[in-house]
Amino acid sequence: MTDTFITELAARVRDHAARKAPLRIRGGGTKDFHGAPVAGEALEVGAHAGIVAYEPRELVLTVKAGTRLAEIESALAAERQMLPFEPPAFGAAATIGGTVACNLSGPRRPYAGAARDFLLGARIVNGKGEDLSFGGRVMKNVAGYDVSRLMAGALGTLGVLVELSFKVLPRPVAEATLAFEMDEARMLETVNRWAGQPLPLSATAWEAGVLRVRLSGAASAVAAARAKLGGSEVADGAAYWEALREQRLAFFAPDRPLWRLSVAQTAAPVATPFPQLVEWGGGQRWVSGDLGAARARELASAARGHATLFRGGDRAGGVFHPLAPALAKIHRRLKEAFDPAGILNPGRLDNF
Amino acid sequence: MATTSADPRAEALAALGALRPPVGLVCEPERLAAFDMDAYIQKRETPLAAVLPQDEAQVAEVVRAMGALGVPVVSRGAGTGISGGATPRADGVLLVLTRLRRIVSIDAAARLAVVEPGVRNAAVTEAAEPAGLYFAPDPSSQVISSIGGNVAENAGGIHCLKYGLTVHNVAALRVVDGDGEVLAIGGESLDSAGYDLLALMHGSEGNLGVVTQATLRLLPRPEATETLLAAFPTVKAGAGAVGAIIGAGIVPAALEMMDRIVIDACERYMALGLPRAEALLLVEVDGGAEEAAEARAEVGRILGECGATEVRLAKDAVERANLWKARKGAFAALASVMPDYYTLDGTIPRRALPEVLEAVYALGREYGMVIGNVFHAGDGNMHPCIFYDAQKAGELERSEELGGKILELCIEHGGTITGEHGVGIEKLRQMCLQFREAEIAAFHDAKRALDPRGILNPGKAVPTLKRCAEWGGMHVRGGQVPRPDIPRF
Repeated sequence: MTDTFITELAARVRDHAARKAPLRIRGGGTKDFHGAPVAGEALEVGAHAGIVAYEPRELVLTVKAGTRLAEIESALAAERQMLPFEPPAFGAAATIGGTVACNLSGPRRPYAGAARDFLLGARIVNGKGEDLSFGGRVMKNVAGYDVSRLMAGALGTLGVLVELSFKVLPRPVAEATLAFEMDEARMLETVNRWAGQPLPLSATAWEAGVLRVRLSGAASAVAAARAKLGGSEVADGAAYWEALREQRLAFFAPDRPLWRLSVAQTAAPVATPFPQLVEWGGGQRWVSGDLGAARARELASAARGHATLFRGGDRAGGVFHPLAPALAKIHRRLKEAFDPAGILNPGRLDNF
Repeated sequence: MATTSADPRAEALAALGALRPPVGLVCEPERLAAFDMDAYIQKRETPLAAVLPQDEAQVAEVVRAMGALGVPVVSRGAGTGISGGATPRADGVLLVLTRLRRIVSIDAAARLAVVEPGVRNAAVTEAAEPAGLYFAPDPSSQVISSIGGNVAENAGGIHCLKYGLTVHNVAALRVVDGDGEVLAIGGESLDSAGYDLLALMHGSEGNLGVVTQATLRLLPRPEATETLLAAFPTVKAGAGAVGAIIGAGIVPAALEMMDRIVIDACERYMALGLPRAEALLLVEVDGGAEEAAEARAEVGRILGECGATEVRLAKDAVERANLWKARKGAFAALASVMPDYYTLDGTIPRRALPEVLEAVYALGREYGMVIGNVFHAGDGNMHPCIFYDAQKAGELERSEELGGKILELCIEHGGTITGEHGVGIEKLRQMCLQFREAEIAAFHDAKRALDPRGILNPGKAVPTLKRCAEWGGMHVRGGQVPRPDIPRF
């Protein structure tokens, strides 16, 4: 179980902890845009790459955290399996560690689960430079607190991810994309109603008066749902969902700030003067424009959710939704527990 | 802060008695006897008092009052846990949450149920049923066990391979932390800002907070369900079939296996007319009507190819219930083998099943004890049942020793000591084998973040480093056994 990379990494973290010198954890560098800006010496972890174990019949994959997402996807595809949370890469160099650190999930999220849901285990180096393993490589495990999942979305502020295990699933045999013209209010009612029915939904997205719905599953299930739902079939469906996931659609204009409102799926339409793209069955609403932190947070709270300045914009005023005081207290103590010197990506998660 | 009073019991009772409005309190020894254990029947302890709050505000007040005195608070729901997570402490109070049993709301459009922790698992599905929805986690205790306990244990059940554990099906929690402060964790949105405290709370066995409300995600009932029961001449052949089904790209809703000991016990107890076999595999597939029918045909073919000597198919709901009878009644049936048995909960990579089972049987022979096996085959969670007679001196201790060795086997094969039953007090010792010192210390650090005074269920779920040292902790993780030259069994 000794690994030179991890041993050296742990020693470096210990050295930085002793000097209280911040480290900026970096895999492929494709998510540098995400989270609040971090100062500190770069801790490059992308070289720690490779599939440690993959047993298709176990539906379990273990990888070093620097492994590129593309390598993982192709190994899984060869066995007709997938990471069910359909993570966006935002660049060829994207690593699985960065994906988990950001808890990034794609269009399939509401119907399959998020990155954190498929994480079975994590080996990390905490801010004290300790090499720790939590969870494991089995589907069910309640020994010890679920520290692995705590790492998902923590943006590296609690530990450096070095090895990760996932539950994977078979790739659906058939897929189809349907399009419907409808306004936002009717779309929200419709996608929520469908989600309450036994339909093989795997993605929804609405922009500019058009709802696109992806169906995935057994050929017979997809055919039956297509007949039931109607709409018009989109020929290049797969290309659309990929462009959505990677934020390459025209909607995601790179010169405008991008706000992400993660809200209740049934929340009424959120009124802004800017273009919106609504996915995740109403749960994820992208706003392309300079909404401003105060307004974004107000709108997200009213829609029973939270706002993140996902890309661009003025990042000085905090990127994430401020926490309630009681939760902020717990966050401070957890940060203190895992990274007492405060050297791991300090401030990337705003105050942590 | 620890109290210096000569009579901590009187002090705790006085503090609880002073709460306004008054909180439900049981202090008389004869009435407290009803609260002296959960379903881990090997351990009884009489608490200082049982406290029965009516609502979240009272829960918070009780935690604050006990925190001020440094008196431990052990929370308990229905008391169905079998690892001792809710075993009372003689120096603490038992916080009984059964009076918080309101279903606050069922929102069919949002597919969310808001419930108090004392609501029974099965009651959620009963309430959601009219909307065509259900709550997926289905621990075998679901008729009695309550949601607060399901969260505390991260309860699984027989459908988790496809539908996940409790942690995958809970959107939000309200929790009273060790400071007596209410935390609103998660929400109706699919994620939340900050750290994933929702995940941290699941499976924390009442150590990080007391659940006072849960928002549960509900799923639509599948259109069709198909159930098959296959008989195999060897456990190995049955295990092979499980791998082959999953290898074919099918994710069954349930995959349950039982061995000869269990089959025979069920037959004696219920006379179900089960096939005579070394292993029975129960497979359930669901989905659209055509999809489920196709999957059933494919599973049937695979079962045949893998050497099934007989495959029975449920033609309707009545027949399905019949096929399930053996599995669902297995634990009751096992009681007919011997007066007492002890159920384990190790989880292993599925491929190791034949090898681990062989080793389990060998251990049973070595100890002269009968072991039956029920197995959530889809997700590698095994429940070996060790039979003993508590009337015979030393048998309980021997069964526990044997159980410990089986859990060590699970760790050696890359598995875990508990898949869904929790550590409680039962598996504290094996925690020292599964985790290294720094990891155990990290758990204690995490606990301090939520419960700085250490009053929430102390001594459960995570052993102290001191105890690990006393036990002579020995790590067997990753198949690397220290000093493998020494015969261990």
